[in-house]
Amino acid sequence: MPKKSFRQAINEALAMEMRRDPTVILMGEDVAGGMGAAGEDDAWGGPLGVTKGLMPEFGRDRILDTPISESAFIGAAAGAAATGLRPVAELMFVDFLGVCLDQIYNQAGKFRYMFGGKAVTPLVIRTMYGAGFRAASQHSQCLYPVFTHMPGLKVVIPSSAYEAKGLLIQAIRDDDPVIFFEHKVMYDDEEEVPDEAYTIPFGEANLTREGDDVTIVAIGRMVQFANQVADKLEGAGIGCTVVDPRTTSPLDEETIIECVEETGRLVIVDEASPRCNVATDISALVSERAFSALKAPIRMVTPPHTPVPFAAELEDLYIPSPERIEEAVRSVMGAQA
Amino acid sequence: MSEAAIQAITMPKWGLAMEEGKVSAWMAEEGAAIAGGEEILEIETTKITNVFESPVAGVLRRRVVVEGETVPVGALIGVAAGAEIPDADIEAFITDFQANFVVEASDAAAAPEAETITVAGRQLSHLRMGPEDGPPVVLVHGFGGDLNGWLFNQPVLAEDHSVYALDLPGHGRAEKNVAGLDVAGLAALLADYMEAVGIGAAHLVGHSLGGAVTLKLAIDQPARVSRLTLLSPAGLGEELNVAYVKGFAGAEGRKEIKSLLQQLFADPQLVSRDMINEVQKYKRLDGVTAALNALADAVFPGGRQGLVMRDQLATLAMPVQAIWGRDDAIVPPAHGEGLPDNVTLHWLERTGHMPHMEAAGDVNRLIAG
Amino acid sequence: MLQLSKEDLVKAYTQMRTIRDFEERVHDEFAGGGIPGFVHLYAGEEASAVGVCMNLNDKDNIASTHRGHGHCIAKGCDVKGMMQEIYGRSGGLCGGKGGSMHIADLSKGMMGANGIVGGGPPLICGAALTAKTLGTGAVAVAFVGDGGSNQGTTLESYNLANVWNLPVIFVVEDNGYAESTASAWSVGGGSQVKRAEAFGMEGFEVDGHDFFAVYEAARDVIAKARDGGGPSLLHVRLNRYFGHFEGDAMTYRGNGEVDGLRQKRDSLDIFRQRVAETGLLEVSEMDEIDRSVATLVDEAVSESVAAPPPTREDLTTDVYVSY
Repeated sequence: MPKKSFRQAINEALAMEMRRDPTVILMGEDVAGGMGAAGEDDAWGGPLGVTKGLMPEFGRDRILDTPISESAFIGAAAGAAATGLRPVAELMFVDFLGVCLDQIYNQAGKFRYMFGGKAVTPLVIRTMYGAGFRAASQHSQCLYPVFTHMPGLKVVIPSSAYEAKGLLIQAIRDDDPVIFFEHKVMYDDEEEVPDEAYTIPFGEANLTREGDDVTIVAIGRMVQFANQVADKLEGAGIGCTVVDPRTTSPLDEETIIECVEETGRLVIVDEASPRCNVATDISALVSERAFSALKAPIRMVTPPHTPVPFAAELEDLYIPSPERIEEAVRSVMGAQA
Repeated sequence: MSEAAIQAITMPKWGLAMEEGKVSAWMAEEGAAIAGGEEILEIETTKITNVFESPVAGVLRRRVVVEGETVPVGALIGVAAGAEIPDADIEAFITDFQANFVVEASDAAAAPEAETITVAGRQLSHLRMGPEDGPPVVLVHGFGGDLNGWLFNQPVLAEDHSVYALDLPGHGRAEKNVAGLDVAGLAALLADYMEAVGIGAAHLVGHSLGGAVTLKLAIDQPARVSRLTLLSPAGLGEELNVAYVKGFAGAEGRKEIKSLLQQLFADPQLVSRDMINEVQKYKRLDGVTAALNALADAVFPGGRQGLVMRDQLATLAMPVQAIWGRDDAIVPPAHGEGLPDNVTLHWLERTGHMPHMEAAGDVNRLIAG
Repeated sequence: MLQLSKEDLVKAYTQMRTIRDFEERVHDEFAGGGIPGFVHLYAGEEASAVGVCMNLNDKDNIASTHRGHGHCIAKGCDVKGMMQEIYGRSGGLCGGKGGSMHIADLSKGMMGANGIVGGGPPLICGAALTAKTLGTGAVAVAFVGDGGSNQGTTLESYNLANVWNLPVIFVVEDNGYAESTASAWSVGGGSQVKRAEAFGMEGFEVDGHDFFAVYEAARDVIAKARDGGGPSLLHVRLNRYFGHFEGDAMTYRGNGEVDGLRQKRDSLDIFRQRVAETGLLEVSEMDEIDRSVATLVDEAVSESVAAPPPTREDLTTDVYVSY
């Protein structure tokens, strides 16, 4: 099977769905690039080249460059979705939600409920998130907990290239508004990705490792770190189950509970700020539903409650590391790191 | 190779995708005499945990890899030598091996790779291994399978055969349109495939539904079939485990798939995580569920086998053998009873519906023999 | 006026009268304690909603404001379903889950009243994009108030509609007050038309008490949008008879301001006078319409009062298509 990057997997998912369904359109700032300029058409394909090549195939009528005007075009995507298109809007960095959130959560996310079940809003918002790019405080956050909190939205956080393609195709075919998170550090990560179209259902966690001693629930890029730790500790006789929830809304509560009931120990790794993040949510879930199964206190591995710093030395300290995850796993096993 | 010499036992490459393997259990103690072909350890693979038969004979002097350890393909996992060889020589051999061992580059260009091929307007996928002038063998998988299912067989048979494995429509990397296909249609397609790749006649090996397909071809176009090996074949009776077929066609979740796959083996513990993952990935592809349901309706109408060819077996002029696991829970082993005299029947104990995986060594010997 | 058939005039008058009666009745029932929550009434502004929507069909979409009842009626929403919605009944247009501020009927091209000031214009750009992409020939109309005209969403939408050349009409209904704050103070530069022109759109100021003025202005800009001529803006000057919301004592308004407006600038009176003068409709015909509308609104209220509320099961449905 061919190896493809996270970036290629996303590009391929978009292209395949646009070929399959003429109502799928793409919009965002510089998703093609060069609009109205004298130089190259398709100059950018998004700031990191994820949508490169789509405009030449599908044309400017379906690959829409926008002004830097998130309120208007994210809202337009919501309105288009409610009236018969399947728009994929790119919110370049999720940090920009502050200038368009109303259109996402008050409008798109609530249409169906407010209108008594009569609205269908098949909207996808793709957005970059995550630290490690030296992009500083306003281009590095992991704001998926904000969206997870909001009824009416679905929140998807793929952890690899294979996952990204199947989850994005599912997102585009899904009839509800979906926020699709892409970790900007992962775009060049490669793995085997089928050429064919496939879908991965939402709300179905993936067990990327299975072991008897500790359950590690990890989100997005943190799944990779958790896998590294699980592989290392397997040699040391500590068996880890790594749970990738894939979607934080819906959340596969049953799989998490079952894994904790089997291992009796839980470490949650979340790159989002620690207060009211996905780690606290899962911790509360397990405390409520599987308290008696726990052999040790739950450990959460998160950044500190600070903005994302710029300096490399600080940012590296900020991001949850495999070392910190290993320390947490060893601590719930009762051993000192 | 003399028993006295020091011989390396290395991690085998089972299947194209295998880059490393995990030794899940040793079955021979250090110091024990081992025969060539003796089962000496278990290795986890992308399908099942498989027993590894020793390629060498001698005394197992060292287990280089411990249970639970994962090493690359080609890595030293054990050392056999005559009992009289000094320990120091064994140590020197190991040191030398490890110093010179280079992990085989997982270079896709170097490894044989499945290719797409269009046959009778349908896009199939196939893989050929072994000497091109070797006697041809064609491996035909069953319902829900694919050419990767022959991972323990194709490389071994390819040592002295030209071995073809293909994906039937709806399966593996073949197109997912199965409109108009039943057992007869698949048999005709198989003949067209042989024509397309330039095989006149071949030893056909068919598993389960693939068994019915190869049998049908042997009946319809005997000139295509020099020899026929049927593995837990369909086509010899009306009954089959229709709950499995329907369940497999509809399964989505991991647990559901796991419990279904476990029905295929006498020892359900053999089913590996990777096998479940691979099946789940296949089931997620666009069109697969529809293809499996359509194929199931076509070949197993009303939950019964639609084409029973039992009475035609005796008319076959080529050598025919059937291999059946005693614990087959999908196609009833009773269908193997009372076959005509021209069919040689081999029962495999403690083996389920997948003898080519669960008893790969035996099956390989019977196919090659 | 001359281009309107008798049938059109009957429809226009019926809708305006329905809005008026509906809002007067909601005002009374709210005061009597029968209606929960916030309601914002459209009485006095009828000519705007009806004058614009008479030029639209069910494929055309509108987005409304928190003051949305008039737009709903003008776009063809079921009056009894609306009333039940305002009462929070399961038989309401939104099953009692939306209420006054979120009445919608997508099958009629009514994309919802909106509790967020300035919430509608971006959505309407999307509806227009759908029409443009699928080539349906439809247009989309965003109603905003003078308050909403100051929201960034609205101004961004002016720009986007121009940049994408969308079939959009922005209708700024300037009733003089954003809540209690005068538009004379809050709208910088004062002129919505100049704002439109700054974004490359044509803009027209319209007397919102005169159905015919609104109808004709809307007809022209809608036709232009349908022909691919891009977005336009109407600045409709009008007045509301009631407070920002029900319960607003309107202490910010001048003495006798509303009474004077009702006597001299009432859109229904102006309509009746014009059509009677020209003989297009008899007074008796309009009186008959008044009686039938009164009956309809009476029934809507009495049926709403008697209708059952949503059930416990309804609490958690309709959040997602699938979850």
